[in-house]
Amino acid sequence: MNDANNKWIGKRTIRPDGADKVTGQATFGADTTMPGMIWGKVLRSPHAHANIRSIDTSKAESLPGVKAVITSVDVTNYPLDKPVILGIQDMRWMTRNVMAREKALFHGHPVAAVAATSQKIADQACKLIEVDYEVLPWVVEIDDAIKSDAPILHEFIEFEGKPSNIAGTLEHKKGDVQTGFEEADVIVERSFTTRPVHQGYIEPHACLVSVSADGRTTIWSSSQGQFMVRAMTSMLTDIPQSSIRAIPAEIGGGFGGKTIVYLEPLATILSKKSGRPVKMVMSREEVMRASGPTSGSKSTVKMGIKKDGSIVAAQGTYYLQAGGLPGSPIRGAVGCAFAPYDIPNVHALGYDVVSNRSKVAAYRAPGAPIGAFAVECVIDEVSEAIGMDPLEVRLKNAAKEGTKAAHGPVYPRIGYYETVEAALSHPHREIPLGKLQGRGVASGFWFNAGGESSSQVNITEDGNVVVTTGHPDIGGSRASIANITAELLGIDYKRVSVLIGDTATIGYSNLTGGSRVLFASGMAVTDSTEKVIVSLKERAAKIWDIDPEAVDWEDGYARPAGANAGMFDPLSLEELAERATETGGPIGAGSQLNTAGAEGGFATHMCDVEVDVELGIVRIIRYTSFQDVGLAVHPSYVEGQMQGGAAQGIGWALNEEYIYDSEGKVDNPGFLDYRMPVCSDLPMLDTVMIEVPNPKHPQGVRGVGEVPLVPPLAAIRNAIYDALGIRFYGLPMSPPVVLEALEQREAAE
Amino acid sequence: MSKLHISTIINGEPEEFLCEPEETMLDVLRDRLSLTGSKEGCGSGDCGACSITVDGSLICSCLMLAAESEGKKIETIEGMSDGETLHPLQQKFLEEAALQCGICTPGMLVAAKALLDENPDPTETEVRFWLAGNLCRCTGYDKIVRAVLDTAQEIREIK
Amino acid sequence: MSDIQYLAPTTLDEAVSAYSGAKGSAHILAGGTDLLVQMRSGMVNPGLIVDIKKIEEITSVKETEDGVFVVGASVSGMELANNSNFGKTWPGVLEALNLIGSTQIQGRASLGGNLCNGSPAGDSVPALIAAEALLTVQGPNGRREIPVKEVPVSPGKTSLADNEIAVSFSFPSRPAGSADAYLRMIPRTEMDIAVVGCGVSLTIEENTCTRACVGLGAVAPKVLEVEGAAEALIGSQLDEDTIENAAEACRACCNPIDDKRGTIYYRTKVSGVLLKRAVAIAAKRAKGV
Repeated sequence: MNDANNKWIGKRTIRPDGADKVTGQATFGADTTMPGMIWGKVLRSPHAHANIRSIDTSKAESLPGVKAVITSVDVTNYPLDKPVILGIQDMRWMTRNVMAREKALFHGHPVAAVAATSQKIADQACKLIEVDYEVLPWVVEIDDAIKSDAPILHEFIEFEGKPSNIAGTLEHKKGDVQTGFEEADVIVERSFTTRPVHQGYIEPHACLVSVSADGRTTIWSSSQGQFMVRAMTSMLTDIPQSSIRAIPAEIGGGFGGKTIVYLEPLATILSKKSGRPVKMVMSREEVMRASGPTSGSKSTVKMGIKKDGSIVAAQGTYYLQAGGLPGSPIRGAVGCAFAPYDIPNVHALGYDVVSNRSKVAAYRAPGAPIGAFAVECVIDEVSEAIGMDPLEVRLKNAAKEGTKAAHGPVYPRIGYYETVEAALSHPHREIPLGKLQGRGVASGFWFNAGGESSSQVNITEDGNVVVTTGHPDIGGSRASIANITAELLGIDYKRVSVLIGDTATIGYSNLTGGSRVLFASGMAVTDSTEKVIVSLKERAAKIWDIDPEAVDWEDGYARPAGANAGMFDPLSLEELAERATETGGPIGAGSQLNTAGAEGGFATHMCDVEVDVELGIVRIIRYTSFQDVGLAVHPSYVEGQMQGGAAQGIGWALNEEYIYDSEGKVDNPGFLDYRMPVCSDLPMLDTVMIEVPNPKHPQGVRGVGEVPLVPPLAAIRNAIYDALGIRFYGLPMSPPVVLEALEQREAAE
Repeated sequence: MSKLHISTIINGEPEEFLCEPEETMLDVLRDRLSLTGSKEGCGSGDCGACSITVDGSLICSCLMLAAESEGKKIETIEGMSDGETLHPLQQKFLEEAALQCGICTPGMLVAAKALLDENPDPTETEVRFWLAGNLCRCTGYDKIVRAVLDTAQEIREIK
Repeated sequence: MSDIQYLAPTTLDEAVSAYSGAKGSAHILAGGTDLLVQMRSGMVNPGLIVDIKKIEEITSVKETEDGVFVVGASVSGMELANNSNFGKTWPGVLEALNLIGSTQIQGRASLGGNLCNGSPAGDSVPALIAAEALLTVQGPNGRREIPVKEVPVSPGKTSLADNEIAVSFSFPSRPAGSADAYLRMIPRTEMDIAVVGCGVSLTIEENTCTRACVGLGAVAPKVLEVEGAAEALIGSQLDEDTIENAAEACRACCNPIDDKRGTIYYRTKVSGVLLKRAVAIAAKRAKGV
């Protein structure tokens, strides 16, 4: 536990990978080369929706310098009628996402790929590939996609007995909402829309793949899971996993967007065909057009509240865009929407809607911000209707230990209540607001995840420590692992080196995702380190010729457990390492776990805005996040997650959106017009870490990475209401939207 | 048209290279000179991850032709530390966790150094506007701005 | 192998001869902040790139004794900011140039590049028009001067012949009590293309506005001079009604499009707001308060 006696857990140590990252030496996805390397490029569909009648690659193949050309024929096919599940993905969709098969489903959908001796030749070759398209009517918006006469993307997908763009539904029920609403004094029902937003990682997707003549494959790529890369590439190329070594490059941001493959299988097949290592790097435009954003949505939420502030019934219906292939995060939307609250009657329903957009990918608490946006806006309105402070309403209805959530679980000790309490008593709340300024609050929940993680802890011959885990480090997890290992061993953290193993050097470890890394790998590393300590005690016992039970491990030394054990000078880690050969050989231990008990994460955000009412511009002037962080193993990186999530939420709420032109193409595929917050857009982002240790984790760790993106959308919207008296029901609340609402009000008055 | 022969000084060392006329400085740094510390996040001057200085002036290397570097002095992230001794900004970024994934960090540091070289006592607002061309998606900029301000103060105190 | 040629001549004559000799396939490289983006996207495929930054006249700033500034067409925003006098006389032009992009862009982007790119949203153009600046161009047949307001024609098109190179801008000397200002609306605080941009230049003598010129960007296929706004302001004491009339003149001349950066309604409305705010700043500067 994070008490004052801790030497390293809870300390702001310097990350083990830090020096490389501030000097430019760290190697990210696009930073490696190989002898004989050539360049791969993707040819993409110029149409939003089209049948592919035929592809003629002969001209491209005969261009000097071209070493391989591939199409969907070269990628493993998975027929449409049978699911092929890998984790949360279905390889039927994945094979069609990396390379269009029967049809091109969105503008930018890959239809062929080329490898050539230079990028320029590869580009030229792409232009020589002749694709015979049968252009089809297309649809990008939800309302258009669910109309009865909408163009159907996939004839085999049926809803209510006929072909449909509704690819799936998910429902959670608790109690009886009908009865619940009858008990309510006030019922508010509102409809909302959100636009798709991109994860916006600064590093475009990139990989370098080499396939030897005997089929042994080495993949160097930037992803949120080298084992995911291995498994998906294997399934899309028919190369067995044992022949693929996936090496995790440093990853330049992912936020969920790098939990699936785009380029790796293509580069593998190109390398296999050409016999040369193949490097592929997406341009920013390709990232924006063809990698997955998160869904746009439409939703309706109805809540019933009693005058005393108790919420008695809640109902939510969510439609989420999946993109061209099924799989929107409806689970996050319907599962997380009402999760912070103890509401007796809940009904949440989600629809997965396909349309001619790039297939969505995970984005930080996938679906949850969409779910929470509608709910947290309606809570603001029901609170106002009964004349109660919205934080007090949240406090009164807060889920606690023992609450049964609508999505299933009964909560263990959780810290949601504490986040609201902290917000209520925080000085931020007392700062007076000026003219055209407003303050808003909102809360949020994310499931968090456990699952498979492996670790290896080895003591070097000179008595230092090397820890290997299997998770790409996306935000400082190596620093936290070093803190835990140093704490358990009682040694200086600088003596602990933490590495990310590749698929050949460490056991299977699930994705860096679901806010699971430190929870799961912390558990695995703790288990390994404890085994190492057992071994160290046995070594000392052997040297002293006493019972291992009579040895303590303390502050990096083996010591006799008491006077009865005998009078021996303590043995340091260095001394024990030096004598490893005579005491039983190398010292080290591994651990491969399927972890459970991650438990949910909760947060409450408070935000102040100021509005320029002549221009419709909303600026964030103050922001404080309150989060139950379980236990902050490295507080700086926990704060970093909270701040980063808040900033992304600010972008989503105010300016970020995919804009489509009249031909179904993304019209803003770059950082110029896809407007993520820049440094001068934001104030300092204050954080209040509330430590309610997770009882199911050895250090009390709770996932912290994703929930920070859940509350901001509604917190900002509620703040704008406080400033202007105007409630918005759609995102983004961009200047033209805000100005038009102000004008409409003026006209109405 | 044959390749152009260019002579420059990069991080204090004379450097000669051949390049195509349309190659950018970033392409040459990364693909011909193996200086991969400068990153390409957008290729259009919107993210700042490829920031370098040319004769002391901060620019995006993706928006400069390599041919233009003839006779110029180029500084990249690789030249920022003095051997094993990190620049105070690099040190402060580590101490204050002003990076998460680290992809924007080289450009951010080059830009921040250019600021402090010009203005040793910037306000928070000045730091924020100076760094507005360096996108970071991980941190929300909070710890970056603090690290730059704290470094500036530290440098002033030493002097 | 590349089919593109790169030249960096040191004299204007060499540049003009190479540029005009390429018969339209050549592109001028000043700061490169537009050209390189356009090359990368495939929008332009130059046969010849003429880098004009080694030509002294194009890269220098001069101030004559009678207060005329001559600014080379490829002088970057950063370089112009380092000139100790220019920003005192033409703060609006300087702030407009230095609103283009990031700090990194300001190290490269120039008045000439911004104008010749032909974008209706170029930040410095409304300020140049308001300043009544003249552009000197040189072609095979010699030099000519064009008022900046006559340079933009339509998106991506200027009135320069395809063998003429922009050399420098000259800014007229002005009486005491003169100042300018430039404001633009962007959704973020930095890094966006102007949704609307407004440049205002004023001379105020004994509390009366005796001279005014207004440039308005991103509200029509080209940057506009709003003569109606200037007429409203001249002779007035810049009272509220006058400024509202000038704002109305701005709104009336708007002919924008709905696009990813703004709507017709929004741009029209905002043009009036920016006019008012820019007049207030310019007036304050002119009065020296």
